[in-house]
Amino acid sequence: MAKATREAYGEALVELAAQYDFLVMDADLSKATKTDIFNKAYPDRFIECGIAEGNMMSVAAGIATTGMPVFASTFAAFAAGRAFDSVRNSIGYPHLNVKIGATHAGISVGEDGATHQCNEDIALMRTIPGMVVINPCDEVEAKAAVKAALLHNGPVYLRFGRLGVPTLMDESSYKFELGKGVVLADGKDAVIFSTGLLTSRAMEAREMLLKEGIDAAVVNIHTIKPIDEKLIIEYAKKTGAVVTAEEHNIIGGLGGAVCEVLAENCPVPVSRVGVNDVFGKSGPALKLLDIFGLNASNIAENVKKVISRK
Amino acid sequence: MEKSEKKALQIQAAKIRKDILTAVFSAKSGHPGGSLSAADILTYLYFKEMNVDPSNPKMEDRDRLVLSKGHVTPALYSTLAEKGFFAVEELKKFRQPGSFLQGHPDMKGVPGVDMSTGSLGLGISAACGMAIAAKKAGKKYHIYAIIGDGESEEGQVWEAAMFAAHYKLDNLIVFLDCNGLQIDGSTNDVIGPMPFDKKFEAFNFNVITIDGHDFDQIEAAINKAKVSDNKPTVIIAKTIKGKGVSYMENNVSWHGSAPNEEQYNIGITELDAYLKELEG
Repeated sequence: MAKATREAYGEALVELAAQYDFLVMDADLSKATKTDIFNKAYPDRFIECGIAEGNMMSVAAGIATTGMPVFASTFAAFAAGRAFDSVRNSIGYPHLNVKIGATHAGISVGEDGATHQCNEDIALMRTIPGMVVINPCDEVEAKAAVKAALLHNGPVYLRFGRLGVPTLMDESSYKFELGKGVVLADGKDAVIFSTGLLTSRAMEAREMLLKEGIDAAVVNIHTIKPIDEKLIIEYAKKTGAVVTAEEHNIIGGLGGAVCEVLAENCPVPVSRVGVNDVFGKSGPALKLLDIFGLNASNIAENVKKVISRK
Repeated sequence: MEKSEKKALQIQAAKIRKDILTAVFSAKSGHPGGSLSAADILTYLYFKEMNVDPSNPKMEDRDRLVLSKGHVTPALYSTLAEKGFFAVEELKKFRQPGSFLQGHPDMKGVPGVDMSTGSLGLGISAACGMAIAAKKAGKKYHIYAIIGDGESEEGQVWEAAMFAAHYKLDNLIVFLDCNGLQIDGSTNDVIGPMPFDKKFEAFNFNVITIDGHDFDQIEAAINKAKVSDNKPTVIIAKTIKGKGVSYMENNVSWHGSAPNEEQYNIGITELDAYLKELEG
């Protein structure tokens, strides 16, 4: 089954609204961010802001000062990029209870091209003190993440994708814990720390490597900040070789965050799979993922490379 | 307004102006010019108008104020201190390490500050958020925002204006402190965001223009704003930058610089003379 995490975002908001009090905002993209289904179900709790993302973020902050949690939704390029100043100063500095629902992150936006393919948002958001940054890998994790974000008292950046992705987690048993990584497969030769849609590709890479006799662990890092230092160190020590995989610039995202942890605790060889500090381009999402090396075979190649550096 | 009441407000404003000078002089930095221009508006709001309780700064149904032109913290902090939210003595630690009085408003650290601001154009949006939240919750309190004329060059001010009018935020009252000067010179010369009345009218605001140092006019404007059904109000307050300190008045060099000891003493002497005259 392939569903986009943005769809899970909209569905989660509707499901949670029956039990919890909160508002949802959008900036003229509700059909794409999937908050339109919330608007249909709870029109009195939805605020359309028009194409004015900076204003939306500061309005959200003002709402949060009254004690009402609020989800502000738009594309990642506008939430983290365009509205950065409002997010930093109105939401981050006073540590207000605003949840930023950012959809259409990364290269897999597809044909809209570089301006809309946000590969900088994780880097931008994790530099804001107190901001929690979550990048779920599938619909089950995305729904759980929305709930965890709502129950967390403080600002949270939620990163969702446009493209349908395979469901990896079992809905009935999956437990989402903010700040904790998820070991999807154990292994001894290397560990792949992955996030977002690259997690399913990391699992594919593991299968490819097993055929060559290489046993790689896959650890899904849904919360990039605060990052699960303990688990990262544990698997780096256990395997002695690390690959990171993300649909984001290799600078400042998961790769950067993992390297920060390792450099200070247990330096081991690392190879980062991600967008190699270039802008994206237009094209079908799946083709772009291949062009930019965001696929299983490139992850597998990087695992072999990093093992050779042990 | 009763003469005695007006005089009491004038005395309070003069004390606040002295505090402003003391805060900026003690910090050896800060923004005295725009603080002095906004002092009468803040005095009126906190000493006549707003439902606030210094012993319970987070009181749920209080009126709120967002200082969108956040650099004029000396005016807000001095007003809050005079009102009793914290000790006036604290103003001498303004902008210093260990003090809770940050250079720009910090709602987490300062009792009575309703919103953290500083980057221009953001505060008016936050005030809109408070206003729409109040409407949705059926609360009757008012939200005041103070923005600058220079600040109104920021696009987000107009994004917020569009929002406020669209959602009929008649519980939002915006003071535009129109002192005509900004860092690089006269607002007219820098980029010329005027005319404000026509712009706000076009954005579907209730627009009132007043002398921002006249308490009668401030009172009348607020009373009019409060009966403005379905429209947010902007009160364009014509003010004098540096008001009350002779050498600072209409002098752009006092936008963001502190007086030396001699200048400080001259300012305090002038304000003391004015206070003596009022108290006469």
